[in-house]
Amino acid sequence: MDVLVTQVFNGLSGGSILLLAALGLALTFGQMGVINMAHGEFIMAGAYTAFVMQQVLGAAGLSLLVSLPMAFLVGGLLGVLLEATLLRRMYHRPLDTLLVTWGVSLILQQLARDVFGTAGVDVPAPGWLSGPVEVLGFSFPRSRLFILALAIAAVVALSLALRLTPLGRRIRATVQNRQLAESSGISTRRTDVLTFFIGSGLAGVAGVVLTLMGSISSNLGTSYIVDAFLVVIVGGIGQIKGAVIAAFVLGTVQSWVEYSTTASIAKVILLALVVAFLQARPQGIFQVRTRSLA
Amino acid sequence: MSEFDTAASRVSALRGRWAVLVGFGVAAVLLFAVAPAVLTSFRLGLLGKYLCYAMVAVGIGLAWGRGGMLVLGQGVFFGIGAYLMAMHLKLADAGADGVPDFMALISSSGVPGWWEPFRSGWVTLVAILVLPALLAALLGLATFRRRVRGAYFAILSQALAAAFAILLIGNPTATGGSTGLNNFVGFFGFSLRDPVNRQMLYFIAAGVLLAMLLLVRQLMVSRYGELLVACRDSEERVRFLGYDPATVKTVAFAVAAMMAGIGGALFVPIVGIISPNDVGIVPSIGLLIGVAIGGRTTLAGPVLGAIAVAWAETSLSEQFPSGWTYAQGLMFMLVVAFLPGGLASLGAVRGLRRKIAAADPTVAAETADGDPAPVPATEPRHAHGGAQA
Amino acid sequence: MSRFPARRSAATAAVLVLGLALSACGSRVDDAGGGATAESCVDTSGDSVKIGFLNSRSGTMAISENTVFNSLELAATQINAAGGVLGKQLEIVAEDGASEPTVFAEKADKLIRDDCVAAVFGGWTSSSRKAMLPVFESNDALLFYPVQYEGLESSENIFYTGATTNQQIIPALDYLKESGVTSLFLVGSDYVFPQTANKIIKAYAEANGIEVKGEEYAPLGHTDFATIVAKVRDAGAAAVFNTLNGDSNVAFFKEYKNLGLTAETMPVLSVSIAEEEVGGIGVDNIVGQPVAWNYYQTIASPANEKFVADFKAAYGAEKVTSDPMEAAYTSLYLWKGMVEKAGSFAVPDVQAAADGVSFEAPEGTVTVNGENHHIAKTALIGKIGADGLIYTEWSSDGPIEPDPYLKSYPWASGLAG
Repeated sequence: MDVLVTQVFNGLSGGSILLLAALGLALTFGQMGVINMAHGEFIMAGAYTAFVMQQVLGAAGLSLLVSLPMAFLVGGLLGVLLEATLLRRMYHRPLDTLLVTWGVSLILQQLARDVFGTAGVDVPAPGWLSGPVEVLGFSFPRSRLFILALAIAAVVALSLALRLTPLGRRIRATVQNRQLAESSGISTRRTDVLTFFIGSGLAGVAGVVLTLMGSISSNLGTSYIVDAFLVVIVGGIGQIKGAVIAAFVLGTVQSWVEYSTTASIAKVILLALVVAFLQARPQGIFQVRTRSLA
Repeated sequence: MSEFDTAASRVSALRGRWAVLVGFGVAAVLLFAVAPAVLTSFRLGLLGKYLCYAMVAVGIGLAWGRGGMLVLGQGVFFGIGAYLMAMHLKLADAGADGVPDFMALISSSGVPGWWEPFRSGWVTLVAILVLPALLAALLGLATFRRRVRGAYFAILSQALAAAFAILLIGNPTATGGSTGLNNFVGFFGFSLRDPVNRQMLYFIAAGVLLAMLLLVRQLMVSRYGELLVACRDSEERVRFLGYDPATVKTVAFAVAAMMAGIGGALFVPIVGIISPNDVGIVPSIGLLIGVAIGGRTTLAGPVLGAIAVAWAETSLSEQFPSGWTYAQGLMFMLVVAFLPGGLASLGAVRGLRRKIAAADPTVAAETADGDPAPVPATEPRHAHGGAQA
Repeated sequence: MSRFPARRSAATAAVLVLGLALSACGSRVDDAGGGATAESCVDTSGDSVKIGFLNSRSGTMAISENTVFNSLELAATQINAAGGVLGKQLEIVAEDGASEPTVFAEKADKLIRDDCVAAVFGGWTSSSRKAMLPVFESNDALLFYPVQYEGLESSENIFYTGATTNQQIIPALDYLKESGVTSLFLVGSDYVFPQTANKIIKAYAEANGIEVKGEEYAPLGHTDFATIVAKVRDAGAAAVFNTLNGDSNVAFFKEYKNLGLTAETMPVLSVSIAEEEVGGIGVDNIVGQPVAWNYYQTIASPANEKFVADFKAAYGAEKVTSDPMEAAYTSLYLWKGMVEKAGSFAVPDVQAAADGVSFEAPEGTVTVNGENHHIAKTALIGKIGADGLIYTEWSSDGPIEPDPYLKSYPWASGLAG
């Protein structure tokens, strides 16, 4: 029973971390087909934003709360910069965006090393987020509960925004049929920039919460980028709910396989399952019906 | 992608034949006569290593440049070839029924059963040729049949490289773990410590690379080559014409894997070590940059690019350790974004717009004491843009 | 179309390769004295002599190895200021190992054969050392390796100035046993050092009545320790023996604290966390936990106070000094001692003179064992203080003679293959 509760929780928690890392990616990859390998470095930028905020503000609780919107802004601006300088000229070459953004990610990593040093830095968690909390006789880490709550909040906010706001309508229209959206008077150019802003901003937010979990160093992003892409691929392009389900399924599978075998084997098995799953559903769990041939 | 390349036309292929021959002749002279004469044995060994990377690059050029498959996991096939060779060398060093030194050190259970077949040199050589290609064929059929392509295929192949590295590191008793396999004494009976034998290995690598280039050239100008380019440019149309794009792409993927495997197998005796660091995600992508710079759709471009990039890495990292990362990042960014045809396409810009099917495979052999010629901007093998046809 | 020309050139190439292969065979493995190693090209005729520093200046290990590079540089500067070695100034050739074994091997080859250095100092991971070992052996050159490692090795061509297992892991187990620990949980990264260390720990535990309640490995760079720490908590061992490496330590200790585990309830003894790593993990997350090394910055001795002061003067007051840095600093002085005792830079002379060479190191007196090329050092168990420094808690009775194959420990007889 103990193990069951712990592992179910660990699965959900691992899933929520994956989800935060992948949510922005689902948006940019889904709408624009851009394979942004620098997404991981936007996560890293968010984490370093939290570090800088802490140096400036001192108080751990306040700085964490301030860091969230700040990191959204930092990640978002980096994303817009990338979109405006490089990616906008490459929408017809989606595979090449992967290589270009890989180059960007190498440069951002080296920049982080030169600016913040090669040694990892630490962002102490505020008191109200450290240690466990007892619920029904089981103890759960507060930080993981916080991340779970934040992931759910991000998904809800994003879905509502996509569903209810004019911007959301434009994004959905562009995903479903770019040409038609354009001819209906939607500025797909502006929509693209805004989508990239939001998607990259979400990466920044993910970076802030990752400071609660592990080390903040220049290779933070590389640890998450492949897993995040697997989530998006399994979830299916252009769907938030696909990414949500995929993240929690992958998180749960990882935590259970890891419990019964070892962490190394778990990673390999997870990958084998993803390949097998794509055999059954090459387009992921959900797929938006589009009218394009590609 | 069709904007910077069209399939080779047979007429131009005929016309370019002599140019190709001259190119191969020049390359052979540079590799077999000039390089050994002017390079120290250490630098010649380095060039041998670059040639191994170039073999992988030839395959990437075929799969990615001609076939449109962004292969981010070539490190896996490179690694399979390399580890097969390394296993055989370790077993051969240990003698009949012997246990390799690293195994004796960390495990008491002896040689794992799946190592045993590779005591035989012939089995190993056949496995090096067959296993990477077979794995690629299975993967290719499985994914391409289900029309998994583009980004999906790229990321899957990348995840494969990650998983392969994790497996290697996690099983040190069988694979040497994060250290990998090294400390080889002999190569099919020949001592690896003898400079004469090391030079021999370099000659073998150079010969194999030239043979691979010939094979790929034949593939490029054949009907199959045209079909492959057609699959890249419009898979649906190829299907409508009654061909099966999955098979066409799988063949190219398997050939590329085989070349990567051979490159890996030669890498082991030349460099003297293979470790998971040489096969994971980062080296797998690193192999692409040379191909992109040299010109992914051309014959000589990937080879020249791979050699130039590997050389630049060695010499840059000797002077500025962190500078290499910036340089590599910038190359990916600028070349892929602004010069998708690679340096080979510069020739086209300069106005050499005739349909020259010939490549100029002037391998960037080093001219004097480790200073290779700058990447020659090869003339485009194929004119750029269908409009000129 | 005709394809003859291509075929013909393919055939030509094949014949060429084959012909060369047949005509120019070198010596075979079984030839007597086959594979003669190249003569050393070290030039000692001028008033300077070249030495090589080979550390990862880029890649994941740069964090740690840059500090080792700095302390080597410090030692070289000091030695040069004091008149050099045998009256010759040291000329440093620095190379980047890029955190990859293959690069380490290649650069070692370059330093020996192209730069003709008299000795090479550096390496950090076991992988880097194992990759370099055949290069040094086949060229008959010298490497000074400054990091604690998993033992079971001793090469004529390597001097090991960090601890071997009987100078770090076994004393750590002695310490745990003395403090009444009866059960252990082993956590490590999935590679050779933790796996070998854990084998030794299990053999020791069996011989000393300590129960090993679990053993978990995480892939290098693993970031989510929820499951592993949950297993640790549920197993309820008296202490944890931690051989995790690098960033994984950060995730592990944060998770450990998040689950409410502390140094009081279940101490975690680490063997890869030194002064520099504490900052990245966060002092809050690790304060009070024990670590095992042979040197701490807080050691009170004139030699150490000078070393720390000089290091801070050269590289900044906020810098800390750690065990591998000290071992690297010491290694250069030990080489100087050997060369001066031998009166020669030649490798065979240095090897012959090595036994008994001693140095008043910051960690205390160290002495080279000429037989296995390790050095006798004192084991220290420290606890991490609130200021992020490590304070000695327990120490062995004087320097421990190195025993890389654990031959003097009866319970370890089954370990060394």
